[in-house]
Amino acid sequence: MTEVKPVLMQGNVACAEGAITAGVRFYAGYPITPSTEIAEHMAERLPQVGGVFIQMEDEIAGIAAVIGASVGGMRALTATSGPGFSLKQENIGYAIMAEIPCVIVNVQRMGPSTGIPTAPAQGDVMQARWGTHGDHPIVVFSPASVYETFYLTIAAVNLSQKLRQPVILLMDEVVGHMREKVLIPEVGKLLVEKASDEIPPDWKPYDDKGLAPLVPFGSGHYYHVTGLFHDESGFPSGDPAVVSRSLERLHGKLEKYRHEVTFTSYIGHKEPRVAIVTYGCTVRSARAAIKKAYWQNRWPVGLLSLQTIWPFPAKEVEALARQVEMIMVPEMNMGQLVGEVERYSRGRAEVVPLNRYDGEMITPDQIFDQLRRWFA
Amino acid sequence: MGSRQEILLTGSGGQGLILAAIILAEAAVDDNKNVVQTQSYGPEARGGASMAGVIIDVDAIEYPKVTRPTLLLAMNEASYRKYLPKVVPGGLVIVDSTFVAGPFPGDYRVLPLPITRLAREKLGREVVANMVALGAINAAAALVNREILKNCILQRAPKGSGEINQQAFELGYRLYHQGMEPDRGLSAQTTQ
Amino acid sequence: MVRVEHLNQTFLRTKKLPHIWCPGCGNGIVTAALVRAVERAGFAQRDVVIVSGIGCSSRAAGYLNFNTLHATHGRALAFATGLKLSQPQLKIFVIMGDGDCSAIGGNHFIHAARRNIDLNAVIINNYIYGMTGGQHSPLTPAGRKSTTAPAGTLERPFELLELARGAGATFGARGSAAQPRQLEQLIVQGARHKGFAVIEALSPCPTYYGRKNRQGGPVEMLRALKDSSVSVEGASGLDPAELSEKLVTGVIYVKDAPEYTEQYYRSTGKEPG
Repeated sequence: MTEVKPVLMQGNVACAEGAITAGVRFYAGYPITPSTEIAEHMAERLPQVGGVFIQMEDEIAGIAAVIGASVGGMRALTATSGPGFSLKQENIGYAIMAEIPCVIVNVQRMGPSTGIPTAPAQGDVMQARWGTHGDHPIVVFSPASVYETFYLTIAAVNLSQKLRQPVILLMDEVVGHMREKVLIPEVGKLLVEKASDEIPPDWKPYDDKGLAPLVPFGSGHYYHVTGLFHDESGFPSGDPAVVSRSLERLHGKLEKYRHEVTFTSYIGHKEPRVAIVTYGCTVRSARAAIKKAYWQNRWPVGLLSLQTIWPFPAKEVEALARQVEMIMVPEMNMGQLVGEVERYSRGRAEVVPLNRYDGEMITPDQIFDQLRRWFA
Repeated sequence: MGSRQEILLTGSGGQGLILAAIILAEAAVDDNKNVVQTQSYGPEARGGASMAGVIIDVDAIEYPKVTRPTLLLAMNEASYRKYLPKVVPGGLVIVDSTFVAGPFPGDYRVLPLPITRLAREKLGREVVANMVALGAINAAAALVNREILKNCILQRAPKGSGEINQQAFELGYRLYHQGMEPDRGLSAQTTQ
Repeated sequence: MVRVEHLNQTFLRTKKLPHIWCPGCGNGIVTAALVRAVERAGFAQRDVVIVSGIGCSSRAAGYLNFNTLHATHGRALAFATGLKLSQPQLKIFVIMGDGDCSAIGGNHFIHAARRNIDLNAVIINNYIYGMTGGQHSPLTPAGRKSTTAPAGTLERPFELLELARGAGATFGARGSAAQPRQLEQLIVQGARHKGFAVIEALSPCPTYYGRKNRQGGPVEMLRALKDSSVSVEGASGLDPAELSEKLVTGVIYVKDAPEYTEQYYRSTGKEPG
């Protein structure tokens, strides 16, 4: 991959640019802090590339129009923040059920309710997982830098297309609003995965056997799209066998492609006694703490950062729990992902939360002090 | 963390501090340094408190927020009082003496400069005070290459205002090197 | 009565029939009028899309052999807006019920009208939520009974076409299941109109609305609809007191205004995609 001159870019702009690089040509949304820069940037850029930007009448219409455009064959994305994310949930469920690719960006802010619109938090981890009703699968990425935002947006778009599954990019105010150096590849140099244009002769809109491509409306293949349980042809069915098979298939495709949707990275000691597991902007604080604890003090510590938080990287955490005595989970909430870490540690390691919920980032010192206490 | 420089630009909304921070950060990128720029602000775009941070380092920057500034710019009284105690011992503090009366304690290298007043008097435009400040900051701390920074100002300035913004930047340099009234050749305000 | 055999079979998913609607429901008549209208308008099958919301009427999408999108409750127009912008050549018919369109979907309805986007909204108005068992909608006349207004609703109804006109719609027509040939013509006119077209199709719901409000069976309800109908031309000769008892059918308004999709692509100077 050829990378060109480094540029200073805001996280929200990197999301928009990543989307355009990945072939997104449709954006519909509603203004909301701290995600608005994504819409503003899309409003400027999409018309230049033959794309569509439309500011809708509300958050619900934003996701609805995105689904509509995706059915029409355009790669589509919408962005919002907590309150708007809540409003979009019903249609996110629709896109899961009807298997319409789309990317939903939630630049998290402090909540509940209106909360503090300009303050960072990581309070929507469980909403991203379980916000829409019903027993559904979901893919959620959480970038820790502007650079990661750019590349995870591209991954979100590509995987959404491939799996015919909505993908959520769960950003936070820190990553969304900060500017840092990024290397943006030359246009066309980046692999944008495209489904084959060829439609198999035995094509069914919802094939039980694998990932049937979404054939855009208007191409002469007449089929039905619905949020009702449906059979392979797309038509409603209440047959218990069809219903259970559909649900198993929806979950199964994420299980089958788990290796493609799971992004994690580890830094630190080869045989750590203590590990940190975290995600989003808190990774930054954890990395700073690890640098001090491991590179300066040579403590046996490591950091597993999760770019994918859902499906939860259970295997990775399970393996880590086998190695260490303690896993610390810093989060800017009162404890959300820590429950999953605990679940997959299966009692092998002590799981210790580190929570902050005052609208400020967890600092490296807070994490370092916890580590020092452990090693004291 | 020895090479990490934390710069905090503080004042009121409307003084162009976030823009100044972005320009400084862009120059740092062009100057092959690592950089992160952040800001905090209330809902108001004008008149409220405004704070922008820039971290410049040759090493990778992990924690993105400014906690202990090595350089503080305070463009109003309230932010001067609020952020001064956060500055690292021996850190540089540039205050706009147009708005900040002091006192200036001796634990820091405090440099009061009439940034906004001179922008108004010498260039006829208070809005370029942010670029005067940027000139003074870079003159004092040599954060990035001067010509690169000047070029970034030109690229960011609204159409037709490139020249006056660059003049403001140069005025900032003279203000730092020559003191309060550069054209009259007064000696530099010493730091206690 | 129109019989299914007379309709263009290629536009129907005959395997999905019979439909789920109650005996005497007008939804089938309106759906048939739509099928005939598509044929008369001469649209290519591949260009026609049916988008619907949730409710009895919205099940029509499943019986029509085009690309069909059965969306979420109230959101059909928002889905259709995205689809139209992604493929401007599509001829999109958005089938909604009265509650679907004017209550939960009210915001999308007025904004689709404001944009004057080239969608054909066909609202089947039976004055009641049928799928959930007979609750009043924003189009139920004041005083009429429903399961959630046992003594009659206190609320005043929207005048749907005037609401749309006020919001910027450029075509408004009213027909009914009692006069399917006229309805068919109105849908053709709406579909040929460039801009947001609203076709209100009155339709009987004998099961809930009729029973709750003692309107009689299907035949009586259809007859009552027909008897109260008066054409736009006929209405011009009536005084206000007489008119208030009538259902004015035909093209109520039509005007020219810039269409959103066309405007959008003209402004960008680019082809879609």
